[in-house]
Amino acid sequence: MIPFSSVDGLGNRFAIFLQNCMFNCWYCHNPETINNCNNCGICIDYCKTGAISLVEGKVVYDIFKCINCDECIKSCPHNASPKIQVLTPDEVMKEVLKVKPFIRGITVSGGECTLQEDFLIELFTLAQAQGLTCFIDTNGGVPLWDKPELMEVTDKFMLDVKAFDDSEHRKLTGASSENVIKNLMFLANDKKLYEVRTVCSEIGFDNEHTVREVSKILSSIDSSVQYKLITYRPFGVREEFKYKLQVPSESYMQRLSQIVKENGLKNILIV
Amino acid sequence: MGALEIIKDHTLTFEQKVINLAKEAENSLNVLNYSGEAIRLKEKGIICDLFEGAAPYRPRYILPDYEKFMKQGSEFLRLTPPTDIWEAVNNLLILYKHVPSITTFPVWIGNLDTLLEPFINNEDEARHAIKFLLKHVDRTLTDSFVHANIGPLETKAGRIILEVERELQDAIPNITLKYDPNITPDEFVIEAIKTALTVAKPSFANHQMFVSDLGSEDYGIASCYNGLHVGGGGSTLIRLVLAKLAGEASSVEDFKKNILPNAVQVMAEFMDERIRFLYEESGFFESNFLVKEGLIDRNRFTGMFGMVGLAECVNTLLHASEQKERFGYSETANQLGVEILEIIQDELAKRNNPFNVVSGGKHTMHAQVGIDTDSGISPGCRIPIGEEPALLPHIQQTALYHKYFPSGIGDIMPFDKTASNNPAYVLDIIKGAFQTGMRYFSTYSDDCDVIRITGYLVKKSDMEKLTRGENVLNDAVVLGLGAAQKSKILERKVRNV
Repeated sequence: MIPFSSVDGLGNRFAIFLQNCMFNCWYCHNPETINNCNNCGICIDYCKTGAISLVEGKVVYDIFKCINCDECIKSCPHNASPKIQVLTPDEVMKEVLKVKPFIRGITVSGGECTLQEDFLIELFTLAQAQGLTCFIDTNGGVPLWDKPELMEVTDKFMLDVKAFDDSEHRKLTGASSENVIKNLMFLANDKKLYEVRTVCSEIGFDNEHTVREVSKILSSIDSSVQYKLITYRPFGVREEFKYKLQVPSESYMQRLSQIVKENGLKNILIV
Repeated sequence: MGALEIIKDHTLTFEQKVINLAKEAENSLNVLNYSGEAIRLKEKGIICDLFEGAAPYRPRYILPDYEKFMKQGSEFLRLTPPTDIWEAVNNLLILYKHVPSITTFPVWIGNLDTLLEPFINNEDEARHAIKFLLKHVDRTLTDSFVHANIGPLETKAGRIILEVERELQDAIPNITLKYDPNITPDEFVIEAIKTALTVAKPSFANHQMFVSDLGSEDYGIASCYNGLHVGGGGSTLIRLVLAKLAGEASSVEDFKKNILPNAVQVMAEFMDERIRFLYEESGFFESNFLVKEGLIDRNRFTGMFGMVGLAECVNTLLHASEQKERFGYSETANQLGVEILEIIQDELAKRNNPFNVVSGGKHTMHAQVGIDTDSGISPGCRIPIGEEPALLPHIQQTALYHKYFPSGIGDIMPFDKTASNNPAYVLDIIKGAFQTGMRYFSTYSDDCDVIRITGYLVKKSDMEKLTRGENVLNDAVVLGLGAAQKSKILERKVRNV
């Protein structure tokens, strides 16, 4: 949980990161959110402060002993983390309310948070009762058109379109782009799309194609949606993927931005 | 510095020499009767008169009633009320040159937006006129304590001022947006935030809090961040250097029971003597045209009781060395800070000064921002630079102290330049800070040339010039450079977003 976030939607937002993701992206910078801990205990030996132990076959984490060196995460062979907290929607809300005067809403991210639909519905219902807006940060892999209850309580979505082309998307994430593109159209039509994001690397993928196709679709439905072009950075990326991609130049990012602009979108952000 | 040294100084402009020579002459007088204890504390650097001079011949801060001036013109200046935006700008620029203050420059140039709004017919022409005014102010009122206000209502003039400031990139004037979430639209504040992240101004004043504490909407934010009555101002500002006073105490109890109450009384008497001279002997209120024409009123000034170095005072008293025990982190330290302010407030409440009419006979508390020669003394109640906690606990801590200082306190939270991608983020933080009790919030971004030193603005590029021994127009650059060298201003914690 991050009490103040400026990069997870409009204004200052309380950001909550949920565990589990069905994609496995090359450039994932928090791969420890992909799977749940399987209590193998390998990380225990890597912890310098004795913050992790095995109690009755389960990995237990002591937040007060932890110095956040993240050696446990680096040592985990399963793309998981011993540091996760298991909380109910009420418990999360209790933390949110501590900073309520400073935020306009909450954003749930991940992992892929829409995999925990019931939790989201409960949390968002509580948050909306407090006058807070509720945003979801999603990879678009879950068919949102099949989730009317979740749609009802969610104010806006931020959608990653990692690659437009299906085979490219499969190569990059291990999953098809079909649902992502359907979600792109569904959310834009429903006026629930705050932002679309594409991580851009100069080699490895045809970003120009992705950015062009996405902006064409968006401008035909809702040209006010913000398109955030994210510069690939190797920070936090797993060693085996780090060098498959390359940090793009500023001029490359500007070229992508120009493509978005030419296709009719007004709000473009390069970060 | 002696007169001859002033004359021969290569880094001073002609105007800066004239001002310094005038001060030299004033300080050759010995007309004030201070008590022996006051002189002792002054010599120890515990009471500091901020170079206010040995014979006060004008109030320190003057906030003329510019609205009245716009309606009536001025007989003394031979000006009739303006009929269009050019006359309005010209009349203001003329009056500004005749408003006295401690710096010799006007420390308050009015609520510029409401003063100019009635004259805006054509926006392009208004933009031209406003740019003309602001540039003229920067190049002729060459002092960073010249302060303009805008808000709380959104106006065309206010919007133009914000846009033009982004373009001009000037340190002068300092600007404050009076912000009330109930009447200032979010979009207007967002414009102000965009400007602040570009040129370190405006700052944001908690309008509801000022109106409630000063009992009127007729107030201005002058000089650094001083909340004072329009048509009046501050007669004197003296500061108690708590960082040094702590060294006089044998224990926390001794400080609270004896040392602090005594120092407050001695310093208040010291202020009374200065105010007495100003009102009874200097002749200012009998002779100045601003008084005669009703643009200021002798009954609308207050004595400002300043303090600095609360953080160091608390840390010294508690012998706090580890971060978790220190001011800004430990509950005990933060609460001792509150107790110290309560004691000052209580001691001041025991006194009466007949000239402080507008503040009920009392001196008004002021969290002074420091001077260029301060070393190891943090401004007002601020947490020392280099020890700043995370944004949220920082705001919550600082908000504990803001209610004690109607005549000014503020904190500065610079943001990483990416905050300009989401100015609404900064808006939400300001809203939260005001709800939490903060009175005044300043920000800038780490890539600005114009930066906030303590309460005033200076261009980094000007400080570099002065370091090379060149003349600079703005006389506050030397103060900024001193503070940057001694108080680590350039190392202030930037909030990554």
